Amino acid sequence: MIRFLFKGLLRDRNRSLLPALVVTIGVMLTVFLHCYITGVIGDMVDTNARFTSGHIKVLTKAYAENMDQSPIDLALEGVSELTEKLKKEFPTVTWVPRIHFGGLLDVPDINGETMKQGVTMGFAADIFSENSTEIERLNINKGLVRGSLPKLPGEILISDDFATKMNVNPGDVVTLLSSTMYGSMSVYNFTVTGTIKFGVGLMDKGTILVDISDARLALDMFDAASEILGYFGNSPYDDLLAEDAVNRFKTAFPEIEDEFSPTMLRLKEQGFFSSYLDMVEYFVAIVVSVFVVIMSIVLWNTGLIGGLRRYGEVGVRLAIGENKGHVYRSMISESILVGFVGSVFGTIIGLLLSYWLQTKGIDVGSLMKDTTMMMQSVFYAKITPAAWYIGFFPGLFSTVLGTMLSGIGIYKRQTAQLFKELEV
Amino acid sequence: MKTLLILFLVSVTNLHAQYPTGKEVMDKVDQNMSSKNRIFTSKMIIHGRRSSRTIESKSWAEGDKKSFTEYLSPAREEGTKMLKLEDQLWLYSPSADRTIKISGHMLRQSVMGSDLSYEDMMEDSKLTDQYYAVVTGVENIDGRECWIMELTAKISDVAYHLRKLWVDNTRYIPLKEELYAKSGKLLKKTELFDIIQLQGRWFPKRIVFKDVLKKGDGTEFIIETIQFDQEIPEHIFSKAALRK
Repeated sequence: MIRFLFKGLLRDRNRSLLPALVVTIGVMLTVFLHCYITGVIGDMVDTNARFTSGHIKVLTKAYAENMDQSPIDLALEGVSELTEKLKKEFPTVTWVPRIHFGGLLDVPDINGETMKQGVTMGFAADIFSENSTEIERLNINKGLVRGSLPKLPGEILISDDFATKMNVNPGDVVTLLSSTMYGSMSVYNFTVTGTIKFGVGLMDKGTILVDISDARLALDMFDAASEILGYFGNSPYDDLLAEDAVNRFKTAFPEIEDEFSPTMLRLKEQGFFSSYLDMVEYFVAIVVSVFVVIMSIVLWNTGLIGGLRRYGEVGVRLAIGENKGHVYRSMISESILVGFVGSVFGTIIGLLLSYWLQTKGIDVGSLMKDTTMMMQSVFYAKITPAAWYIGFFPGLFSTVLGTMLSGIGIYKRQTAQLFKELEV
Repeated sequence: MKTLLILFLVSVTNLHAQYPTGKEVMDKVDQNMSSKNRIFTSKMIIHGRRSSRTIESKSWAEGDKKSFTEYLSPAREEGTKMLKLEDQLWLYSPSADRTIKISGHMLRQSVMGSDLSYEDMMEDSKLTDQYYAVVTGVENIDGRECWIMELTAKISDVAYHLRKLWVDNTRYIPLKEELYAKSGKLLKKTELFDIIQLQGRWFPKRIVFKDVLKKGDGTEFIIETIQFDQEIPEHIFSKAALRK
């Protein structure tokens, strides 16, 4: 039966080519969109996890309420003891302390007076310890543009764009003007050893990367940190795992009435992620549904036109005794074949486009200059196992639905009228 | 009927005639508060969310254009100096051995974590130069009858577009102040306490500043000693003095 239908479709290309083309285009777009969004959102989640949110994060309740402002006066104290407790409770999680601070970076002239100034975002991580995973996690080696990594206390990296704007070169001394954890003024000299491209527009604008020991000295934060980030190995973010960790934390560290007591947040609860990821999922579902509806309407229309073309053929088949239901079902079977072929071609083309975008990427750095979101500057697609079959759902569904709607007319044919039509 | 109407109109006119003009009150306030120069030592108690800190300093100020402050304690702040000349502000840190210019939006940042901004600390212009003032009523504060003044900025380059002052109508010193943004949002509150008379002027010994947008109990500014119209060597108001 399938062979017979297939032969029929191949011999009469007029009834199969257009529907197959429509399905190919629709499936290609669905597959490409799926890979593109998976890649972009996946990278955004990964970038945020690496730089700001971790997979899970421990911070004070007061800091959590004002996280966007990086208020170091609300930072965690007793970080060493807290980290030991976290390692005991969550042995498979890697815990790293981080300090985020804001301030002014002042570049002196030969007299030690202000030559240039710029607002800076300070980022402190453990980059000096031998067994630290931060250099790899933050891609510091790969991002280095000029100079070398800091090795000694008082040495920092500065984002390359910021260095260019401030006319700062490796070897120059700069001064940070900021506030300590207790509100005092902090004026601290650093030596720039190199410049770095983070690949995140917001950070490339004006970030200095400091070892956490230097930040603690400059900001009077002995055994303190803005937050302690937790990572579940090298795997991508798993919200169920994170939710389980948060629940276990609440049991191990019961809540007390103190704004400086520690609390834990998972990635999805932080910043814009709380609703963004769900919104993206709904968006993708809506877009795929819209594709299905549009394709179905087009194929319905195509089916109606095809029905007109095959009016005589259907009439003969009914006249010679073929059952209406059988005619209807054979047309649906044809549409499944067309849908399958269109889906195969659409999936192949969609995957090829996605592979190209996965390899080359699109540089949107110029659009991200003024963004306040932690987003990567280059968008890559990502081919997932689901991309190989996701196109078949709209591809097959739309052809079948279109044919079912257009084929209803078969049931309206009157046997008594058939011979009269044949005479005509 | 006619007599009643005339009596009513006269009483309403008299009611308004009881209030001085805003300019009259502000001129008297400026006369009291402004001086050729002053030298004072002070304590700033900053009530943060975690703890309270006390910062001691000594200041020299001439008119509204020049001022020099040296921070005396605690140890972290000791030796830090600030110099204001016209609308420019410099900071010297002995630990970093750097002179840093503070300008632009940095002037709106908090000084030492207090509820005062650098802009607040620099401000010493006569209010009549910058604001239109109107007396809108009378209120009693801690037993002192005060004119309620509403000030609206004349120029755009002011930190607070709207101000409300409660001015002691005998001593011509503000006892309370509210500072508003152009949108009408309340930004800061100031209250003045322990008013004493010194060299013919009424001056507060304690001022409490509260940044309404920040949590916490505000900042107390306590003037320990103050002298007016003294001889201040000119070299104090120079960048060279910052490094001495």
